[in-house]
Formats: sequence, C-alpha cells, structure tokens
Amino acid sequence: MSVGRFNHNGVWAIYQFEIARALRTLGQSLVAPVISTSLYFIVFGSAIGSRMREVEGVSYGAFIVPGLIMLSLFTESLSNASFGIYFPKFTGTIYELLSAPVSFLEVVLAYVGAAATKSIVLGLVILATANLFVDVQILHPVWMILFLVLTAVTFSLFGFIIGVWADGFEQLQIVPTLIVTPLTFLGGAFYSISMLPTAWQKITLFNPMVYLISGFRWSFYGQADVSVGVSLAATFGFFALCLVVVGWIFKTGYRLKS
Amino acid sequence: MHSEKSAVAERDRRGEPGVGDRVLEIRGLGKVYAGGERALEGVDLDIRRGEIFALLGPNGAGKTTLISIVCGIVTASEGTVSVDGLDTVRDYRRIRPRIGLVPQELHTDAFESVWATVSFSRGLFGLRRDDRHIEKVLRDLSLWDKRKERIMHLSGGMKRRVLIAKALAHEPEILFLDEPTAGVDVELRRDMWELVRGLRTGGVTVILTTHYIAEAEEMADRIGVISRGRLILVEEKRELIKKLGKKQLRVELQEPLEALPAELGDLQVALLSEGHELELTFDANDERTGIPTLLRRLGELGIHYRDLSTRQSSLEEIFVSLVSERTEPRGAEAAP
Ligand SMILES: Nc1ncnc2c1ncn2[C@@H]1O[C@H](COP(=O)(O)OP(=O)(O)OP(=O)(O)O)[C@@H](O)[C@H]1O
Ligand SMILES: [Mg+2]
Repeated sequence: MSVGRFNHNGVWAIYQFEIARALRTLGQSLVAPVISTSLYFIVFGSAIGSRMREVEGVSYGAFIVPGLIMLSLFTESLSNASFGIYFPKFTGTIYELLSAPVSFLEVVLAYVGAAATKSIVLGLVILATANLFVDVQILHPVWMILFLVLTAVTFSLFGFIIGVWADGFEQLQIVPTLIVTPLTFLGGAFYSISMLPTAWQKITLFNPMVYLISGFRWSFYGQADVSVGVSLAATFGFFALCLVVVGWIFKTGYRLKS
Repeated sequence: MHSEKSAVAERDRRGEPGVGDRVLEIRGLGKVYAGGERALEGVDLDIRRGEIFALLGPNGAGKTTLISIVCGIVTASEGTVSVDGLDTVRDYRRIRPRIGLVPQELHTDAFESVWATVSFSRGLFGLRRDDRHIEKVLRDLSLWDKRKERIMHLSGGMKRRVLIAKALAHEPEILFLDEPTAGVDVELRRDMWELVRGLRTGGVTVILTTHYIAEAEEMADRIGVISRGRLILVEEKRELIKKLGKKQLRVELQEPLEALPAELGDLQVALLSEGHELELTFDANDERTGIPTLLRRLGELGIHYRDLSTRQSSLEEIFVSLVSERTEPRGAEAAP
C-alpha cells in the first residue's frame, strides 16, 4: 500500500481543503476584493479619470484595469498561500501533514496550486467587474492568461515561503502591506512610467513590480513601459527565485520540523 | 497444533510477516532539540506485530519525542527507525501509509466538519475516497451523529475521538496513541480501551503512551518505561505482574532471634533487622500462601510476636524506584 510516485489523492485532498476554506469565507475571499475594486473604479476611474486625459490612446478608466488586477493578484496570492501554510503551523494540525506520505514538493504543489487558483479566479472576476464600468480590450489574450497564471503562481510561491517563515500573524502582513502594495502603487499600476520625471523613471526601473505590471498591460493594450521580453524574463526570474528558496526550505526542513 | 506450526514455517519460508514478528525496529535513537536540550538518548526498542505496547514515563521523559520521530514529525539526531526493514526516513512513502498517529494535543481544524476532516485524512495518506469506511470509523467512535458538526462545537472528549477517527481513516497497521486518555472521563476511557482491544483483534499494532500505570496494566501486552530520554525497562506485562504477585509478610518479634530456627527451614523465611523481624515471601496468587503454617509453627516454637504486616511492591513502586534510580546517579556521573 505505497503511494507510488505521485500521491495524487494527497495533493487533491489538500487542494480541495484549501478551496473549501475559500468557499466557506466567500465574502472575504471574493466579495471584498470585488467591492474594493469597484471603489477604485468609482474613485480613480470615474471621479478622477473623467478629468484626466487618455493615456496613450486608452481612457484612464480602462488603463488602470490591468494594474488593478495585478494589485489584487499580488496581495491575494500572498495572503492566501501564506495563510494556508501558516495556519496549520499555528494550530498544530501540521502534525498530520508532516506524518503523511506526501513529499514537500507535493505539499507546495497543493498549497500553491490552490492559492493560485483562487487568485486567478479573483483576477477574472475583477476583469468582469471592470468590464461593467469601462470598455476593456484584450489584444493578446493568450499572453494575458500567461502573465496572469505565472504571476499568480509566483506570488503564491512567495506567499508560501512567507507562511513557512512567519512566526506570528503580524509577520504574515509585513511583506504584503509594507513591500508589495507600496511597490505596486509606485510601479505604475495607476499611471504610465513615461508620465514621471526622467530621474524618477530611472529609479522606478529598480522596482520589480514595474516589469510585471507593464507586461500584463501590454497584453491588454499593446503598450508597455518596458519591452515585453524584459517583462517576461523578469516574471520568470522571480518565479525561479521563489522555486530556489522553496527548494532550500525543502532541503533544510526549515521551520517545519524540529 | 501441528498444522499451525507448519503454517508459521511456511510463512517464514516465504518471508511473510506474521503475528509476533518484529514490525518496528528502533536502534540507537537520540534527539537533541535546537535549544540544546537532549530529549532522547540511545533508545533501542522492538515492537512486535499485533501487540499493544505501553510506553510509560513521567512528564518530559521523551515519549512524544520518540513517537514524533517514528511518525516523521521530528528529525532524529542519531539512530534509525525501520518498519519491516524499511527505513522510515528513506522509504517514508511506503512506510507512512501504514502508520497512524493520534497526537497528545488536541490539534484540530476548528472550522471543518467532522466528516470533512476525517475524509481529508484518508486522502492525504494516499487512499481513494471510501465513504463506507469513513462511516464505519465514525460509527465505531460514536461520532456518526456529529458528522456534520464543526469541530469547534465539540467537547474535548469528542475532539479526541475525531483525532482517533482521522488516524484510522487510512486503515493503518500500526497506531500510535499519545496519551489517549489524558483529560478523558471514565466512560470514554473505557470506550478507548475497548476500541484499542478491538483494533488489536483486527491485527493492528498499538503503541500508546500513558502516565497511568493502571492503564498500562489494563491494556498492554508489554510495557516500556522511559525516563529522562532513556528506555530503562521493557518487559512482558505478565512478567511484571508475576513480580508484583510476590508479597512479603513481616513478623515483628518480641525477642530477637540469634538464628533462623531449623523448623522454619522449609518455608521462604528470612531473618531481618538483627533478628528482630521475620520475613516470609509468598505468592499472593497461590492458593497456599504459607502464612497459617508459619504462624502455627511460631506458636509451637513459643516465639512471640508483636505485629504483622504484609506488603506488595506495586508496579507504581517499581516504576518510581526505577525512575528515581536513574535520576540520582546523573549528578554523580557528572563528578569525575
Ligand atoms: N519542540 C521542542 N523543542 C525543544 N524542546 C522540546 C521540544 N519538544 C519537547 N522538548 C523537550 O524534550 C523533552 C521531552 O519532551 P516530550 O514531549 O517528548 O516528553 P513526554 O514524555 O511526551 O512528556 P509528557 O508526558 O509531558 O507529554 C522535554 O524536556 C521537552 O522540554
Ligand atoms: Mg508527551
């Protein structure tokens, strides 16, 4: 009675468990982000946007859609994945995970897969919501999906790492609120980098979020702050970095086993 | 009789496991936690297939640590654990589906329903969904009526049952119960014992830890005593009981005796306290204890006595003396 090469029942059990958790808190996991996105549209899109000129041929309301989706994708992937693995550590139920015939990579696959699924669905829901307010075009749908999935997976991996590292609930919040959200706001979620003074443009290029947002926006409107190739490379680079860190956790058993 | 023997021989020839064989083998197991605290040292232990083994020891002795290493929750600092010759670290994917663990602490998913959390465990251990098995487990544990309840609404005893159900969801061959009756009322304790016996009948090997000697006596086939991270005694319960069966009768004499009278030579009598006391050792389980004989002969010999007392060394006493024996020399060892 061995589990064989791949414990698909085990991975599926964790995946379902995580999805069920989201469904149980549907308000928190879906309704809240939709409401806050709508608020963004009302404030930025309608109230301010009506006084703003178009950004490179796209209405301001439509221009901010990709940035808004990215912002939600970043924060929701992080919080979902970090909470998913942190909570069993906190309650002690992780004993079961550690004593089960699942490999660390299977655990990562299940948690990250579930968190990414949730944020992809969320991203699509936000896109649909946005479509109610403004006219959204998607020039390169395949690329759009690729960026969406890759970003969701990468930030879910990142969130998983944070969840493993965290020692308390406050620490779960540190990275999303102190690093990711500010960098996203400064990274051109709501404006084009070209609108900034030249010196700021240079500095902004050190912000990794610029590349992720820019590539995603390109898939919508065909316009980008940096070339798409660079965006894609940056996204893959970040993904690879997270994989390396996860691999290191795996090797050392860091913070999961005593 | 004959056919039974040849069946065993046949099984041995084919290398198949049988009842009573060694199923779990622990060698030189040691653990030093990150803080530098040594929790286990040089533990060697064999568990036989189908037995109930009770691990007895005071708080902090290392019982949970030992179980946690076997189950893969804690990494050993030294030593090995194997199940049917397979290393529990290297071959964990083959070993772990066969092992179930009920932890000491009530770690539960508060928001989950009983049914969901128990089915989850089955899947996690790599098994296909089987609602009938889950139903059976829940019924056996009197949890069926509670299957739709969220765990946080259950009492502590019910939560403990849920943890047992989770551990049984994947039909393990070896079950670890870490203090299954801690904080549990008398009725549930009886139920628990029943359950464990039922499991054993079904061929499951059970290893349980406890502080209660009565529990070990009631349940176990063999008993191991652990103290300060060392396994200091492993014995058949029957052997222990036999030792326990020995009682002593002390007879306090009015006048001290120079030597033991020859007339008492055929009895198990010794002269103690410089001739002030006689001690008769007898087996309480025997029909003839020898007490009436001794007292009659003393009367015939004109030996007067002041007082009589009997005593029995209980498992409790053996346990306490073993544990304290191991505690004291520590300081002495430290001095060169
Ligand atoms: N995670 C840990 N980190 C550091 N030290 C630990 C850890 N877990 C246990 N210990 C220490 O290891 C020793 C053995 O603990 P363990 O929990 O194995 O004892 P136990 O026999 O199960 O005790 P109890 O009967 O109280 O459950 C104790 O001194 C304890 O403080
Ligand atoms: Mg313990």
